[in-house]
Amino acid sequence: MNDLLCDSIVAIDRVTRRFGATAALDRVSLGVPRGSVFGLVGENGAGKTTLIKHVMGLFKPQEGSVRVFGLDPVADPVGVLARVGYLSEDRDLPEWMRIWELLRYLRPFYPTWDDSLAEELLVRFELDVNAQIKTLSQGQRARTALLSALAYRPELLVLDEPSTGLDPIVRRDILTAIIRTIADEGRTVLFSSHLLEEVERVSDRVAMMSQGRIVLDGPLDEIKESHRRVTLRFDEPQSISPYPSFRFEGNGDGREWTGVYDGSIEILAERVGSLGGRIVSANPISLDEIFVARVERSKADRLSAKKETSLDREL
Amino acid sequence: MDVRINQADGQPIYLQIVNQVKYLAASGRLRVGDELPPIRVLAERLLINPNTVARAYRELEILGIVEKRKTAGTYVAEGAPTLIKRERIKILADRVDMLLAEAHRLDVPFEDLLALVNKRRETLRFNEDLKP
Repeated sequence: MNDLLCDSIVAIDRVTRRFGATAALDRVSLGVPRGSVFGLVGENGAGKTTLIKHVMGLFKPQEGSVRVFGLDPVADPVGVLARVGYLSEDRDLPEWMRIWELLRYLRPFYPTWDDSLAEELLVRFELDVNAQIKTLSQGQRARTALLSALAYRPELLVLDEPSTGLDPIVRRDILTAIIRTIADEGRTVLFSSHLLEEVERVSDRVAMMSQGRIVLDGPLDEIKESHRRVTLRFDEPQSISPYPSFRFEGNGDGREWTGVYDGSIEILAERVGSLGGRIVSANPISLDEIFVARVERSKADRLSAKKETSLDREL
Repeated sequence: MDVRINQADGQPIYLQIVNQVKYLAASGRLRVGDELPPIRVLAERLLINPNTVARAYRELEILGIVEKRKTAGTYVAEGAPTLIKRERIKILADRVDMLLAEAHRLDVPFEDLLALVNKRRETLRFNEDLKP
């Protein structure tokens, strides 16, 4: 295990999980540093929920290891779960209970349960303790689930697609909860989302998943500062991409090429210069555009790797 | 303090805060001794990570634009105006660069651009009453 994983609240080391023939997770390694907000992004089916379920000890890794606070969440669920606040994707709550019954039921599981915080959140979220859970709206249900994940001030808050299907006001409550959690020294948040603007707002570190693999993992600011939309212009038309590994695309006559580039600008300038061209612009882009570019690049790389292996077999 | 986050902007959020605080100080809307909002307050107002606000404040402190005081809190620093004077020129220089680049792309000769600047100045008729 490398240094980053050793200092992490959540340490995922080469975890693989197969459902039938498909690898939902393919040698995934991640470290969530203490005191940070870690944003996990990916398309539907990329493996985010499967990964989070491993963190919560709901799945046992077929290969590799998962540690939360240095503990194995499958072997020691009590030691781990009492310190983790979890909001699952489907926000499953016992339908027949009233909100006060739910809170009374949850309280004994958590030594750090804070009645005054629960009270404060009930008021802030405008929840009626006598309301039955099955009668709640989507938003009130999400707020109830959020309250039950926050009321014991967990050291780690895990949110799986917390914003799905919610209006902007409830989404704001969730973002505020994330911000308040890490504003308290030492607490950590891991959340998955397909809403890149939200991830960009609150994350310190971001990992992008595609087809069960991590395609990019790093501090958000570094990711944003290293990726540029670059436009190249050549005196003579170029018949193939001037830098295939970065998927530059030609517009029309082959004199202008555009792509998302995250390598050294000096190296690019040199390479383009040797082909009789120059960089005409290099502009910062949003996380959304970075994500699309990286996922496309990863899919193209895997496709060409597949082609090569089948070619090898034929030869 | 009127700071806004523009998500379409490719710039990292901490840098957007740094630049806007500089801009507010350059335009006189923040003065020496003014207190900046506490990190947590600004983070909740802008719905961004408090670590990001902390990073922006650290950068501003390194630049000498703000200072931390013992009683806690971050204030616009004594030396800020001198730095900001340079900053004003830099802000304008960036805009001028963009304008020059745009003119170049549109194939407008420099002389025509200068003439246009003069003409716009006449049209807008900046006078003393318009100053804030």
